[in-house]
Amino acid sequence: MEQFFQQIINGLTIGGIYALVALGYTMVYGVLKLINFAHGDLFTIGAYLGMTLFVSFGLAGSLPVYAAIILVALMVMGLVAVLGGVLERTAYRPLRNASRLSAVVSAVGASIFFQNAILLLWGGNYYVYPESVRPTTIVSLFGMGVPAIRFVLIGASVLLMLILYWFIHRTKTGTAIRAAAIDQGAAKLMGINVNRIIALVFLIGPGLGGVAGLMVGLAYGQIDYSMGFSYGLKAFTAAILGGIGNIPGAMIGGLILGLVETLGAAYLTIAWKDAISFFVLILILIIRPTGILGERVAEKL
Amino acid sequence: MFLELDNVRAGYGQIEVLHGVSLHVNQGEIVSILGANGAGKTTTMHTISGLATFMGGSIRLAGEEISRLPSHEIVTRGLTQSPEGRRVFNSLTVLENLKLGAFTVENKKVIDESLDWIYSLFPRLYERRAQMAGTLSGGEQQMLAIGRALMGQPKILLLDEPSLGLAPLLVKAIFETVKKVNENGVTILIVEQNAKAALKIATRGYVMEMGRIIMEDSAESLLTNPSVQKAYLGH
Repeated sequence: MEQFFQQIINGLTIGGIYALVALGYTMVYGVLKLINFAHGDLFTIGAYLGMTLFVSFGLAGSLPVYAAIILVALMVMGLVAVLGGVLERTAYRPLRNASRLSAVVSAVGASIFFQNAILLLWGGNYYVYPESVRPTTIVSLFGMGVPAIRFVLIGASVLLMLILYWFIHRTKTGTAIRAAAIDQGAAKLMGINVNRIIALVFLIGPGLGGVAGLMVGLAYGQIDYSMGFSYGLKAFTAAILGGIGNIPGAMIGGLILGLVETLGAAYLTIAWKDAISFFVLILILIIRPTGILGERVAEKL
Repeated sequence: MFLELDNVRAGYGQIEVLHGVSLHVNQGEIVSILGANGAGKTTTMHTISGLATFMGGSIRLAGEEISRLPSHEIVTRGLTQSPEGRRVFNSLTVLENLKLGAFTVENKKVIDESLDWIYSLFPRLYERRAQMAGTLSGGEQQMLAIGRALMGQPKILLLDEPSLGLAPLLVKAIFETVKKVNENGVTILIVEQNAKAALKIATRGYVMEMGRIIMEDSAESLLTNPSVQKAYLGH
């Protein structure tokens, strides 16, 4: 039983990270019907920027540890959001009226560009987050010891999702984002500047993805230049699982995938951890191709 | 002249659909565009609202050139459209749809007033305000599309096929409401397959064919014109 709760905590931690990354995929798909293949790399850049800010800018030692984490998280969010904005401006906007395939190729190109930029800037080695920013406090819960940072990370991802949900469903701009995702032409007829909405989505999605990258560093310590691929693929699976284009779907899909994967690894076999995730993907594509909350059938790429 | 199209050429991508359309709408009028499928009526509407590819000529609204403006700026100048096929936001509630119609309006009091007005025009929308727009019937969706376009406080309203797919009784009700809206000071440009219903409330009309205007006259003359009767009024 103790192990089970432990695994639930682990599953929610990784699930929250998947969910945050999945939101970036699903929001961009919503407004552009495009899979942003560079999203996983923006997530990686978030992890690296976090490390650099902690180590090179000395934020790790000079502030109380949680203050430093919050400060770095906000900076990472801002920086990766700006990068996402630049990506939209340079790689996607010029192709707005081109065929869908051109945009997909541009997305793959952007992904390759980012991966090589990371290699060039930080090199191909593994990096480890400094111990000083990974609080070692252990909280005991139902007689088991859980690192406090896990709760902080779960709390942070849930908080970010709640804020996003509120923004999308309760504000005028959020409603405009939903409208643009349903019918861009009709949204324009409402007087909505759709270009601006798309730009905004490319700030929010990468911002959340960047923070998720930082969270990986804080939770597991180790980061590398290709992590965007594996996490990106899982998060994409989560987005499909919840229903691509659907924001609450990405949240639920991420959490479910994290739990299934972690419990599967613990009780079945750890070697099949990734296989379990993709088995879930295949299953959902067979049983319910629109995903858990999706209404529309996902179009090809 | 409030809205004036002069020798407008437009289409989609590389394909030219309108080959030099000229028409005008005076303030306070209801003007109707008639024509068969594929004549270019909807493209004309899309071009005015900035949704199609503009290729030449000029479009002036209250004397100002709007042909190169992005769609959302045309809305802020007082021109809104209820598009063909209604295109309501299915997974948004009726109220959210209506509020989006007032996206360019900042004043909350004005929004509430227009909301009251829309609800008085279409009491059904008030009853269904919390429902998803996709669950409405065709007629209710049409009311929503018109109501949504009116929420933007337009000086001129473009209606594209408001009677499409509706029961005759509902068509009558919609046209009566359009007339009421016009009496409230909103100029109207309407595209209709249901030529008879449209001409009955219109002041003037245009007939389109193959991307060109081929006839222009007062609504009464068009109603009694033998060739129009034969082609569009089912006589």
